[in-house]
Amino acid sequence: MSPTDPTDPTAPDAAAAPDALLRVRGLRKSFGPNQVLQSIDLTVGRGQVLALIGPSGSGKTTILRCLNGLELADGGTIDVADEVSLDFGTPPTKKQLAALRDRSAMVFQHYNLFPHKTVLENVLEGPLIVQRRPKAEVEAEALALLDRVGLSAKKDSYPFELSGGQQQRVGIVRALALRPQLLLFDEPTSSLDPELVGDVLRLIKELAVEGWSMVIVTHELEFAREVATEVAFVDGGRIVEHGDPKQVLHHPQEERTRQFLHRLLFPF
Amino acid sequence: MNQSAWDLFWTSLGPIVHGAIAGTIPLALASFAIGLTLALGLALMRLSRRRWVSSIARVYISIVRGTPLLVQLFVIFYGLPSLGILIDPWPSAVVAFSLNVGGYAAEVIRAAILSVPKGQWEAAYMIGMSHRRALTRIILPQAARVSVPPLSNTFISLVKDTSLASLILVTELFREAQQVAAFSQEFMLLYLEAALVYWVICLGLSSVQSVLEKRLDRYVAH
Repeated sequence: MSPTDPTDPTAPDAAAAPDALLRVRGLRKSFGPNQVLQSIDLTVGRGQVLALIGPSGSGKTTILRCLNGLELADGGTIDVADEVSLDFGTPPTKKQLAALRDRSAMVFQHYNLFPHKTVLENVLEGPLIVQRRPKAEVEAEALALLDRVGLSAKKDSYPFELSGGQQQRVGIVRALALRPQLLLFDEPTSSLDPELVGDVLRLIKELAVEGWSMVIVTHELEFAREVATEVAFVDGGRIVEHGDPKQVLHHPQEERTRQFLHRLLFPF
Repeated sequence: MNQSAWDLFWTSLGPIVHGAIAGTIPLALASFAIGLTLALGLALMRLSRRRWVSSIARVYISIVRGTPLLVQLFVIFYGLPSLGILIDPWPSAVVAFSLNVGGYAAEVIRAAILSVPKGQWEAAYMIGMSHRRALTRIILPQAARVSVPPLSNTFISLVKDTSLASLILVTELFREAQQVAAFSQEFMLLYLEAALVYWVICLGLSSVQSVLEKRLDRYVAH
């Protein structure tokens, strides 16, 4: 499944990677005078999992949001599977943005479930209302997905009736139900109580093993090491270092990466 | 109260309640419905990124809130005819009250829309919704919940403000009371009676409000 040799640190960047699902080149983004993304290059192959790590404010979440069009990049290109090709040198049209969003689905740090809709309605909103797929088909699919994450009994509950871990699993099901090519996770366990983190991470790991392509922003280094096919360390709006997870996490080449990892491992 | 006062109370209750049913209540309902529609448009204009669009709404709201309702009513009914625009009492009242409610409710709706967390917009966009669909399916239903108490306030104020329509000859609750009072010279009795009927209407509205709030609160934690 892996299109590139994971031990070759330059391979994931090879523009020629024939099986690349996502290719980002020279992505730039500023908020006012504050340049949050300098020039981001990254590639995710089909079935690969890219983990973005780095200090808060480094720009990793902004990268993710640009991939889903929640932020508009100021420059650079995003290509998805030879189907969507956006050059942010000129502002994208609504149609182009819609095409970009159509390819990926995001899981949010704060879940962002729709509080006025039941669990099942949350999952169906995308495929049924937006994608206009047949009701019987999407409902069966949604129920199967809910069953898979152990929440079929909660299908008629409202989000406030669920624990954080359950809400996030619904958030993941909502993303899967869109049938995206790429899953984007924005610190999916950062707002969970510690004892609920495991369930959500286990589910994401299962999805990775099944071959879903993903980009995950995370602070769970152990998880990144085990699940990701590539880790990129982001700092100051740049990818400082990237490559095989064990390489980056255990033998970082850059001083900044070393400092960051040290701070995470020995917080006090 | 002596017997004749009681008799007058009961006999005048007929025209007063009739004034409420034929005048006050439909006047308030029609004005509120039109005003709320106007308010939604104004709220969305106020939230527009285009400067000139939000400026128009801002100026409108400022004028409506900065001038007395009675003056607005008189401009429309007694003022416009000098420009050749003649409007009957009833439609004049509906126009004035709708424009007025529009200005006040616009700010309520704007605040309610802003109170919905940004993440809700993002989740809606993420699943592929357009701005319009995100607004109607995700944002407005949540904003509705927040705006029920302040909009109920607006509506209750409106019901009482419709008494001003008596000054442009609309037959409604207060005008009926005035006429009986003028005829019988029992001012205290008739005006207290009118007040009582307004109060009963507003009590009814308050209970509608709490039913509505309970219904819209079913998806939030208590």
